[in-house]
Amino acid sequence: MTSASTGAAPPSWRARFASGAAVRLESLIVLAVLCIVMAMLSNAFLSVSNILNILLSTSVFGTLAIGMTFVISSAGIDLSVGSILALSGVVGAILTSNLELPWWIGVLGCLATGSLTGALNGFFVTKAAIPPFIVTLGMLGIARGFALVLSNGVSIYGLPPEIVWLGQGRPFGVPTPVIVLLLAALVAHVLLAHTRFGVYAQVIGDNEGAARAMGVRVERMKVLLYTLSGLLSGLAGLLFAARVNSGEPTAGLSYELTAITATILGGTNLFGGRGSVLGTLIGALIMGVLQNGLNLMAVRPFYQQIAIGAVLILAVWLDRINSKEGWRR
Amino acid sequence: MSLLELKGVRKSFGAIEALRGVTFSVDAGSAVALVGDNGAGKSTLMKTITGVHRPDTGEIRFDGVSIVGKDPGRIREAGIEMIYQDLALARMRDVASNIFLGRELTRSVLGVRFIDTNRMRNEAEAMVARLGARIPSVSQMTGQLSGGQQQSVAIARALTFNPKLVIMDEPTAALAVREVEHVLDLIRALKKDGISVILISHRLTDVFSVSDRIVVLRQGQVIADDATRDTSMNAVVAHIVGAHSEPAS
Repeated sequence: MTSASTGAAPPSWRARFASGAAVRLESLIVLAVLCIVMAMLSNAFLSVSNILNILLSTSVFGTLAIGMTFVISSAGIDLSVGSILALSGVVGAILTSNLELPWWIGVLGCLATGSLTGALNGFFVTKAAIPPFIVTLGMLGIARGFALVLSNGVSIYGLPPEIVWLGQGRPFGVPTPVIVLLLAALVAHVLLAHTRFGVYAQVIGDNEGAARAMGVRVERMKVLLYTLSGLLSGLAGLLFAARVNSGEPTAGLSYELTAITATILGGTNLFGGRGSVLGTLIGALIMGVLQNGLNLMAVRPFYQQIAIGAVLILAVWLDRINSKEGWRR
Repeated sequence: MSLLELKGVRKSFGAIEALRGVTFSVDAGSAVALVGDNGAGKSTLMKTITGVHRPDTGEIRFDGVSIVGKDPGRIREAGIEMIYQDLALARMRDVASNIFLGRELTRSVLGVRFIDTNRMRNEAEAMVARLGARIPSVSQMTGQLSGGQQQSVAIARALTFNPKLVIMDEPTAALAVREVEHVLDLIRALKKDGISVILISHRLTDVFSVSDRIVVLRQGQVIADDATRDTSMNAVVAHIVGAHSEPAS
């Protein structure tokens, strides 16, 4: 037949960035520019305590965004993460504060609540074949409602010191939630980029029919993906409750917006097919720096919502413009 | 002995009966062409064999073993590969990942299995070279390749794991004349190696040049099943359009 293929040249740096395995260059540039601007606008921005502050405030929605990265990679969406966060925190607080059970039962309770709620999302997405947008939108209402019902709409104070340490402790001077976020991101990065589970998640988002035809158990994968997102929402709920030392039924309101924005800013394709946990971490930091900078400049918090929403739309728009010359689909 | 045997395979989607009792067989090392008009049920039938669809009733035996109800991964393991009309490629992943899709090579570190990208690229490279496919690099994004190159990837994937039966759904529809000859040569080479082929094609000249049998599907039923040398282009066309409407016995 015709000529054989050429030798396997190592992929260029450009291909590496395009492959989604690495952090996208654009995300890093945006983060760097944003940091420079904030540093020029505020003297307090570059202090160690403020940087730790940014990392701390990033840790809760950053954890949500990690789960979101898996779900969006598979061309799904999870709008219920903020509500699951609240429900998990409330359940953890009830178990430890009201029922006075040991702290580790509270921890397991948070994670189990998140996982089960996520698994329910996965069940309705696969077995009932309802679009994930609708299922998780419904779950956004249901989980928030249960959080309010279980807590009677009020905060549940008085968590055990071990749990409070998870939110307020500072081993080696670093806030515990930051350490938890980084550990979760490390595990998630390896899972997404280097295991079958992660690759299949992205292949489902790329071409679901191909995934199924090649033997990927698509339905099982989807249930696992939404369960993983729920588990990480439960973890975020634990971190949130631990930080404020209470189970808050109104915690995590509109955090799905922040988590989705961080994920998209990090270079995960909104329409599935490629995702990057490290990119999401950068995206979450962009959101954290943006919020922190607006706080330092004493901008009213209402404007932050506007800024986050605008960044999301802008990020997707830029991605669309970019992808027009990139992919042949 | 028949490698693949279908008996009375039926499949409905809601009120639509796509397959209405399909019976035919494929001998080892032979090429069977499956022809029929659009909507005759060819693609549905093939997807039923590969496990993407599950038949409502009927029996499908491969190598003497029933494969009804097995998932597509198991059926690939049993030795049936299909080159889909849309190629079934993950276009945002590299060529090597697509060739190994569903069969990734892994290495175990502390009990966790990690995908071995380097080994997959090396083996994919060797496979592509053996097929003589013109693919610039196996680490290239599949979506950036031309249509013909993408098809080479799908073909390489189907042939890499020693299949016993390869199903090709319209493999020549999107190809230039020279590339069509390649595919037909490939089918002849597979037969020589004892690998069976089911070819779905609208191009009857291709069908007559490589097939041993021609099965005509019309409205979800086998309406003719003849040895290629015993039939003619006119007879096959007449069956396809329904000029002879009595089903084959």
